[in-house]
Amino acid sequence: MTKKAEVPQGTLALMVLKTLDVLGTLHGYGIARRIEQISGDLLAVNQGTLYPVLLRLEQEGAIASDWGASENNRRARFYRLTREGRKQLQAETQDWEQTAAIIGRFFAARAEDLS
Amino acid sequence: MRWLRRFFARVGHLAAGRGARDERIEQEIEDYIALETEENVRAGLTPVEARRQAILKFGAVEKIKDEYRAESGMPGIENLVQDVRFSLRVLRKSPGFTVAAVLTLALAIGANAVVFGVLNALILKPLNVPHPESLYTIERGGDKDQATSYPDYLDLRDHNRSFEALTAYILVSVGLDTGKNPSQPWGYEVAGNYFQAMDVQPFLGRFFSVADEHGPNSAPYLVLSWSYWHTHFQDDRGVVGRIVQVNKHPFTILGVAPPDFNGTLLFFYPDFWAPMIQQEQIEGINILNNRGRRGIFMVLGHLKAGVTGAEAIADLNSVGSYLERNYPKDDAWMTYSLARPSLAGDLLGPGVQGFMTGMMLLAGLILLSACANLGSLFSARAADRSREVALRLALGSTRRRILRALFTEAVLISLCGGVVGLLGSVALLQRLSVWRPIPQYPMHVPVYPDAKVYLVALLLALASGFLFGAVPVRQVLHTNPYEVVKAGSAGIIAGHTGRRITFRDVLLAVQIALCAVLVTSSLVALRGLERSIHSSFGFDAHNAILADTDLSMAGYSGDQRPAMQKRMIEALQAIPGVKSVGFINRIPLSGGMSTEDVFTGQAADLIPSKAAARVAVYSISPEYFHAAGTALITGSNFSWQSEKGAPPVAVVNAEFARRIFGSVGNAIGGYYKRGNGTRVQVVGVVEDGKYYQLTEAPRPAEFLPFLQNPTPLAALVVRSDRDPQALATEMRSRLSQLDSGLPYTVQTWRDGMDLALFPSRVATVALGILGLMGAMLTITGIFGMAAYSVSKRLRELGIRMALGAQRSELLRAALGRAVKLLALGSVAGLALGILASRVLAFIVYQATPRDPLVLAGVVFAMALLGMLATWIPAQRALSVDPLRLLREE
Repeated sequence: MTKKAEVPQGTLALMVLKTLDVLGTLHGYGIARRIEQISGDLLAVNQGTLYPVLLRLEQEGAIASDWGASENNRRARFYRLTREGRKQLQAETQDWEQTAAIIGRFFAARAEDLS
Repeated sequence: MRWLRRFFARVGHLAAGRGARDERIEQEIEDYIALETEENVRAGLTPVEARRQAILKFGAVEKIKDEYRAESGMPGIENLVQDVRFSLRVLRKSPGFTVAAVLTLALAIGANAVVFGVLNALILKPLNVPHPESLYTIERGGDKDQATSYPDYLDLRDHNRSFEALTAYILVSVGLDTGKNPSQPWGYEVAGNYFQAMDVQPFLGRFFSVADEHGPNSAPYLVLSWSYWHTHFQDDRGVVGRIVQVNKHPFTILGVAPPDFNGTLLFFYPDFWAPMIQQEQIEGINILNNRGRRGIFMVLGHLKAGVTGAEAIADLNSVGSYLERNYPKDDAWMTYSLARPSLAGDLLGPGVQGFMTGMMLLAGLILLSACANLGSLFSARAADRSREVALRLALGSTRRRILRALFTEAVLISLCGGVVGLLGSVALLQRLSVWRPIPQYPMHVPVYPDAKVYLVALLLALASGFLFGAVPVRQVLHTNPYEVVKAGSAGIIAGHTGRRITFRDVLLAVQIALCAVLVTSSLVALRGLERSIHSSFGFDAHNAILADTDLSMAGYSGDQRPAMQKRMIEALQAIPGVKSVGFINRIPLSGGMSTEDVFTGQAADLIPSKAAARVAVYSISPEYFHAAGTALITGSNFSWQSEKGAPPVAVVNAEFARRIFGSVGNAIGGYYKRGNGTRVQVVGVVEDGKYYQLTEAPRPAEFLPFLQNPTPLAALVVRSDRDPQALATEMRSRLSQLDSGLPYTVQTWRDGMDLALFPSRVATVALGILGLMGAMLTITGIFGMAAYSVSKRLRELGIRMALGAQRSELLRAALGRAVKLLALGSVAGLALGILASRVLAFIVYQATPRDPLVLAGVVFAMALLGMLATWIPAQRALSVDPLRLLREE
């Protein structure tokens, strides 16, 4: 069994938002599994950090939650993205892409390019 | 704004309570585990194994819950609430301890709040005028004399370049007749520019100004104080323009001052203000043109913006040297200094300041000793609770959390104590503020508490909470849970008594020393007061009644005055049972005094710098010495024959005789010159007395026959063994028969001493209260320690008793340490108290700690305190029953 990496600090919120953006309404367990799945099972989502992040996002107004019934009729709490959350996701996506682009350039940098 | 929204959500969660949120996370966890289990079952595991794996995968439930909680609410506040709840529960379990601790602190913090309130009001808070920071009174010469003559004032006002406006005032009392119920209000005679210089605006009508003055007696105007208008004119807005009789002269009421303006002296509230140029009508004398008569009480003004104190002094000094050069006959030592006007500059300022600083220090010591007391109680409690602490540590609580709980307890107690103390002190300060300590003077102690007082009390409460809460910190930090749980309570105590001197011992010794300081100073003050009541002031206030009148208030002038004064003496003398009646222009020690420069008999150049002495001047009737009980040392008294045309004579006091003539014997028949050039022969010498203040150094005084030195003032001294009440009634009726329009006050001479004795009385009462508080704290402190050590060593005592120890040995074992600490602390405190008493000498007459009675009193008081405090623990130690104790183990 390969060792799974922990989700890097600070990125879990972004992953949660993106997951909800793509897949619509999900419960906590679903979010965790989907993140792991999207990462190609390279990431392990720590429940101890997931729930506090969900709570924080909800307090910030980026997501909302309601009680609902799951596939096999169990009561579960479902989370969905709000308009606020969508805006936040866009802003943070841009940030990330910019950061990634910068880092990418650094990795691509060669001595002869800078002379 | 995300964080703000989040903050409100958190607050909402906080309000919703922990239960609702826990339910949510539990539901989530359950949900997660159920789904994961289903997944595992689908993967082929047995249901039991599937659930086990799910739970394993989820991780530590409690830790996750904690993290969730930390995110959802406000853990800091929640923990605080939890700590407070826990502390309240703990405190409720030992109500005796809690009540004692709260009361101790309430007393200590209350005392501090009261002392600070007074200090704040008298010293820190400036006068209630615009720009009080630049308001100064000017003082003259090395002895900081504030008295100034009117011509000198005018020159200072017109020639200085440092003050915005220099103004002046005199304190006077007049007979005011509004047509009904004549009264005797106190007020200020002020320079014309007074209200403009103080920059206050009238509440009603208008204020007079320099423009209203056109020479002496040209401005018969009055401005009433708001409170006098309120009480005597029932808020009648029609008073403006009304004409009233001031000492039988018509004066027009111009306006009413605003309610918060009470003159420029902190505790002397004037009822009215009148122009100084009306002096002749108001006081019956006119010294406005006399440069040598320094009748103005205070000259004050605002410094111009940007002018420093030093510049102003240099400026005033240059005016002063101009005056010296031009008026050598009247002016000398014209160098000036600046002071704050609120406490009459150096007249009262240093005394009040010194006393209040001392009181603040003592109150601080009381609080410290209360903290020491509570600190040792807390550390005893911590020792008793060491098992609980050990258990909590063993169960995984952090030391920080335990300390926080301890501090929460301490601060809770101190805050409760602070609130109770503050409430008490606010009530007391408010009572003090409406108090009229001496009814015949408009004296006030305006010490209304303000925000500063509340803040100081709160800070003191918090600080003391942390202070005594910190005492058991080391104990907790050093608790080794393993050792404690293994050894049981006996083990810890053994560990404690092993050390020679514990921190608690030091605290207690310090506290005892503080108490001894307080006891010493209160005894010194008490003795001083007692001595000042029973010592000789140059008169005998027992069995004497005073009738105070001012003939100028009833319109007498010129020769009418001595004639009326003679008639009054005769009328009172005729009352059956009256031994003698004499009169003096102003009763010594009743506030105020006239002085003048005197010269040797040969002096030709009568200028102040050549004066032989500055002496107190009194006008008396021949029988005054007899009536007042002043002893004639040598020579004879003057008689009724010393009239206007007869050769001027005087009786002087012994100090006068020594200063001018070298000795008492040389004085009789000798001549000296008064400031106005009169050559006076000394016919008799009387004993020295106190004239202005109880604490003054011996002061020369001359007593002149009133027929040669007329005065409108007449204080009649009636000596009689009769019941003062009945006699006073009869005196009133006799005086009214003579002239029903003459205002007078009749009181016993003992009551007349109120003003002179006021400072020492206040000092004694204040120190007495602090001393009592210190004593109470010491008793509880020693008691706490002795009781604790006896209860902890009961078993040891029982064994000693079983082995045949004597009672005295038992007591020594049980209480030896407490007694040693008491002795040590008392000696240290006594030594400190003796040093501290020097401060008292400012206020209390003959305050000296080198008084065998005081020393014995301190030793006795401390021994008594020790006895009281150790009595119950000693009884308990002696009643030890070894058999029962051993059986219990």
